[in-house]
Amino acid sequence: MKNRLAQLKYAFFLGCTIPYREASYEISARRVFNKLGVELVEMPDANCCGLPVDPANHEMMLALSARNLCLAERQNLNIITLCTGCATTMRKTNLMLKTDKKMKDEINRILNQIGMEFRGAIEVKHLVQALKEDVGFEKIKNAVQRPLTSLKVAEHGGCHLLRPVKYMGWDDPEEPQTLKNLIELTGAKCLDYLDEAECCGYTIIAIDDRVALQLTREKLKHVKDAGAEALITVCPSCHLMFDVNQSRIERAFSENYNLPVLHYTQLLGLAMGMSPDELAIKELRVDPSRLLQALP
Amino acid sequence: MHFLSFKSSTRRTTMTQTTVEASKNPQPSRLDPSFKNEVLREHDAETLKICFQCGTCTSSCPTARFSNSYRPRTVLRMAQLGLRQKVLSSPTLWLCTACFTCTDRCPQGVEVASVLRVLRNLAVKSGEVPLIYRELASNINETGYAYKIPEIRHKKREETGFPPLPKPKTAEIAKLIELTHGSKLLKR
Repeated sequence: MKNRLAQLKYAFFLGCTIPYREASYEISARRVFNKLGVELVEMPDANCCGLPVDPANHEMMLALSARNLCLAERQNLNIITLCTGCATTMRKTNLMLKTDKKMKDEINRILNQIGMEFRGAIEVKHLVQALKEDVGFEKIKNAVQRPLTSLKVAEHGGCHLLRPVKYMGWDDPEEPQTLKNLIELTGAKCLDYLDEAECCGYTIIAIDDRVALQLTREKLKHVKDAGAEALITVCPSCHLMFDVNQSRIERAFSENYNLPVLHYTQLLGLAMGMSPDELAIKELRVDPSRLLQALP
Repeated sequence: MHFLSFKSSTRRTTMTQTTVEASKNPQPSRLDPSFKNEVLREHDAETLKICFQCGTCTSSCPTARFSNSYRPRTVLRMAQLGLRQKVLSSPTLWLCTACFTCTDRCPQGVEVASVLRVLRNLAVKSGEVPLIYRELASNINETGYAYKIPEIRHKKREETGFPPLPKPKTAEIAKLIELTHGSKLLKR
């Protein structure tokens, strides 16, 4: 039965932050998936996953999230998303509605008003989980044509990649391994650093930018101290904090980081032999050209 | 001061600057014993009653490290005691990043982050809404997206040869917002 949902074909959920400000993530991801033979099917009627309004209205989040799940159910496809926020939100909604009949009935009463019904027929995966479980390390390893052996990087998976454990649970959030493994498949060395699993601060930047930017700043410091030449992220919001806001942090604290921040799909794409242009690397705010020149 | 150089155009909480630190307020607070039950009724928040105040949440909290006033353990205790007004009107309630580290590390299995979310949801019902949430909800209501996507993004996609962005049926989304009592959140 499980095989009826073809493993390497997904409903592609883009979310809001990527089209709004992080197009380079989508561009690099589409090209990498294409080369890996993963088929992405568009979701032309998809809406916001609901996470942004969860702090204000949980029920509204559930309804928005469930609407996307219903759309993918109609397509008979599992959802893949590049954003950890979208992944945790829709995964959580999906599992809650699958296991809590009372909640499912309540949400279906609402969905019925727009002609939809949640059945619980699909799964939701983040890029990293899909690369590990569906594409597989072997296939990725075979696709690497230009190992980035001279490169030392660090990873920031982001809280929502693996938390809350109750709904994510496919890797240990205290000692995460998957993203590190995926990075090492490119030939780059993935360094450990202090407080690796700490939050980037994005979700509260509109409430208190001082606290949010201090969280980002501390992580930048720890990554730099470990000797990493770049930071690798798998979430558009984390990327915004580390890349787009890096100069703001440098100005506010009179510090200098100059740390390129790449989406994992850009790193993998480079290792697969794609050009920086194909991977929209010039859209990054922190210029990675010195790093690129040093590559094999 | 470093922070004078922050352009705080995005800091627009509408609430008064009260603090959650009981010790800083010499006025005795009114207790409302029914408040706890309002919280416990909500999904995932029933675990509030088993919190034994060990403080693992606060010591794991990224925000608590840089905020002088946000302490999840204190907020949970105040909720248990029924300090309705103090909890719901506190601007620091909105400093939870929803990272869920507290929830994952709680030795009692308290869904700390979910309890805090329920408290913020109750604050909204009592009329305390930071402007950013009005903006996000209104954007979703109008476009289906949390942010207004600039026209240039659509053009760039076309140039790249990518499929157009999803164009969700906004009438359906507005209906969902209405049915989940989200209309109160929208900008007036």
